[in-house]
Amino acid sequence: MSISIKNVSKRFGDYVALDNVSLEVPDGALLGLLGPSGSGKTTLLRIIAGLELADSGSVLHEGEDISDYSARDRKVGFVFQHYALFRHMTVAENIGYALKVRKAPKAQIRERVDELLKLIRLEGLQARYPGQLSGGQRQRVALARALAAKPRLLLLDEPFGALDAKVRQELRQWLRRLHEEIHVTSIFVTHDQEEAFEVADRVAVMNQARIEQIGTPAEVYDHPATPFVYQFLGNVNLFHGRIHKGRLRLGEAEVRVAEHAAVHDSPAVAYVRPHEIKVRALPDGVPTIAAIVRHVNAAGPVVHVELERKDDGGRFAVELSKEESRELALEPSTQVFVELKNVRVFAEDYSI
Amino acid sequence: MSVDVVAERPRTVPQAVARRAQEDPLWLRVTLIVAALAVIGILVIVPVANVFVEALREGLGTYFANLFGDPDTRHAVLLTLTVVPIALVANTVFGIAAAWTIARFRFPGRTLLTALIDLPFSVSPVVAGLMFVLIFGLQGYLGPFLRRDGYAVMPYLIALVAVVVAVVSFLLLRPVGRKARQGLWGRTWIVLPLLAVTVFAVVLLPQLYLEVWPRNESLKIIFATPGLVLATAFVTFPFVARELIPTMEALGADEELAAVSLGASGWQMFRDVTIPNIKWGLAYGIILCNARAMGEFGAVYVVSGHIAGQTDTMPLRIEKLFQEYNLPGAFAVASVLTLLALVTLVAKIQLERRVPSTAKLFREETHERPQ
Repeated sequence: MSISIKNVSKRFGDYVALDNVSLEVPDGALLGLLGPSGSGKTTLLRIIAGLELADSGSVLHEGEDISDYSARDRKVGFVFQHYALFRHMTVAENIGYALKVRKAPKAQIRERVDELLKLIRLEGLQARYPGQLSGGQRQRVALARALAAKPRLLLLDEPFGALDAKVRQELRQWLRRLHEEIHVTSIFVTHDQEEAFEVADRVAVMNQARIEQIGTPAEVYDHPATPFVYQFLGNVNLFHGRIHKGRLRLGEAEVRVAEHAAVHDSPAVAYVRPHEIKVRALPDGVPTIAAIVRHVNAAGPVVHVELERKDDGGRFAVELSKEESRELALEPSTQVFVELKNVRVFAEDYSI
Repeated sequence: MSVDVVAERPRTVPQAVARRAQEDPLWLRVTLIVAALAVIGILVIVPVANVFVEALREGLGTYFANLFGDPDTRHAVLLTLTVVPIALVANTVFGIAAAWTIARFRFPGRTLLTALIDLPFSVSPVVAGLMFVLIFGLQGYLGPFLRRDGYAVMPYLIALVAVVVAVVSFLLLRPVGRKARQGLWGRTWIVLPLLAVTVFAVVLLPQLYLEVWPRNESLKIIFATPGLVLATAFVTFPFVARELIPTMEALGADEELAAVSLGASGWQMFRDVTIPNIKWGLAYGIILCNARAMGEFGAVYVVSGHIAGQTDTMPLRIEKLFQEYNLPGAFAVASVLTLLALVTLVAKIQLERRVPSTAKLFREETHERPQ
C-alpha cells in the first residue's frame, strides 16, 4: 500500500519534533528514514503507526486519510527499538497476540503462528520466553509479531540498534530478503547510513525535524542536496575559499563551479569526499593545492592520509588505494599536490 | 545478587584490595557477628517468642477460651476482619490508579503528587486520626451536618461512585476497531457526559424518591466503623502505590504501546500486559499493606473512641486487656497478630525471590541497550 504524509508537524512543549514534514512511500517500497538522534524520525514513525497524534497534517493510505484511525484500524505492524516483547508470554503467544485480541479462532492463530515461525526460522522455539532468546532471535520474534495480523505497512524503529555488529550484519541481509519475499511496504528508522544504504531502496535523510533529501541510496550519496546530507553521509572535507563568477579560489588553486556562475566574489565552502581527491607528486599542469603529508594510516583496505594545506594550514583527509600510496611513497613531511575531482559548493554558505 | 558480586570481584577489583576486604582480624569479625546476633536476639527473637509463651502459659484450652470466649474479643477480631479488607480493596484500586498516573504521564504537579503519596508515612498516625476527627467529629467541619441529617449525602456519594465506575468502564471496554466504534461508541465527547449525567440521575433519583436512607438521623463516622476504615486506609495508602511506581517506571510503556499497536483495547492491554507484569509487585504491596492495616493502632485509637464490643479492633483490644491486667487474654490476641506478622514475613521472602527475577530481566535488557 502506498502511504503519504502531508505537512505533518509535532511539538513537545517548546521542542519541535517535526516541522511540516511531507513524504511519499510508493507501494512495496522499503524506505530508510536516516538521521541523527533527535531529528524526529522516531516521532514520524509513531505518528504513522497511530501511537502518537500529529498536531497538524495528515497521513494517507492509498489516498484514504487515516489520521483519525486507531492503531488497530491502520493495519500497521510496528517493531520497537528494544523489541518490547511481552516478557511473560511465550514466543507463540507473543506472535499470536494481534490475532488473539481480534478474537480469531484458536486453530487459525496456531496456523498463522507456525507459518510465521517458519518465516523467521525459529521453528521449535514457540514455547520459549523472550528472556531465553538471544538478541537476534528476539528481534525476529518482534518482527513476526508485527506481521501476524497481515499489516499493509511495516514500521521498524532502529531495528538493529541493540544488536552486536555481526548479528546486525546478518539480520540486515535477512530483512532485505524477507522484504523481497513478502513485499509489504516498509519504513525503518536508523542513524547508521551504512545500514540505510544496504537495506533500503529509498532513503529519506532527516535533520532537525525536517526531511533534507529523499532518493535512492546512490542519488543521495552522490548528489547530496544540502551540506547536512553531505556531512552526515560519510566523511567529507571542507575547503574554505572565495567564489567569483563560477570559479572557486582555494589558495593557489582554482576550481570551476559552473552552477554558481552568477555569484560575485563571496566567501564559500567546498565539500569534497576523501576518496574524490587525487594526490600527485608534481602539479602536472592541472589546478592543484600544495599540501604536506602529516599522517599515514595504511591499515585496512584503503590508505588514510592526513594532509595539511600549505597556504592556510587547514587539515583534510584523503583516501588512496594501496597501489597509489605505494607509487607516491607517502611519508610524513612529504610535499604533495592534490587535485579536487568532485567539488560541491552550497549556496547557503555565501548567500547569507 | 550478593553471589554475583563476589564472583565478579576478582575480575574487576585488584587482588590485593579483594584480599584486604575479606581479611579483617578474626577478633573483629567474631565481635561484630556476636554483637549483631545478640541485638537481634534481645530485641526481636526473645520478645516474639515470649508472646507465644505467655499466651500458652495456662494451656491450649485457656488460650482458645481467651480468644473466642470473650464476646468483646470476638467482636474485635470480626471488626478487624471487616475494616481491613475494605481498606485493602480501596488502597489496591487507588494504588494502581496513582502508580499508573505517575509512571505513565508527565503533568504539572507530578512531583508534588509523588511526594504527597508518601505523606501518610511521615505523618504520625495519631495526627492522621486527629485530622479525621477534625473533619468528621462533632466539633469538626462536617460534624454538625452529619449529626443533623448525615444520611442525606449517601445518595449523592453512591451516584458519584457509580458515575466514576461507568466512565472508567466505558473507556476501558469500548471496542477498538473503527467499524465497531461507529454509532455511539465513536462519539466519545458526546456520549461520555451524557453517560455520566444519565448514570448519576438513574442512581440518585430512586434513592431520593423511595427514601432509602433515613432522614434527619445522625451519620456516625467518628467513633464508628466508617472512621476506622478511613483511618486505616489513610495510614496504609502508600504501600501499594510505592511498590508499583518503581516497577512500572522500570518496565516502561513499550510493552503497553506494543499491545496497542497490535490492536489491543485499553482493557485488553491492562489485562494481558500491565497486570501480568506488575502482579508480584502488587502482591508484595498488598501483603505489606495488610500487615500494617491489621496492626494499626495510633490513628485507629484516635477515631475509635474505644467502645468495647463496638469500635475496638484487635490492637485496641490488646491494649485494653493489658490495662485490665488480663495478661493471658492480651497475649492470646497478640499471638494472632504476631502469627500474622510471621506469615507476612514468609510471604514477603517468597515474593522477593520472584520480584528480583523480573528486576534481573530489566537489567539484562538495559545492559544490551547502547544508549
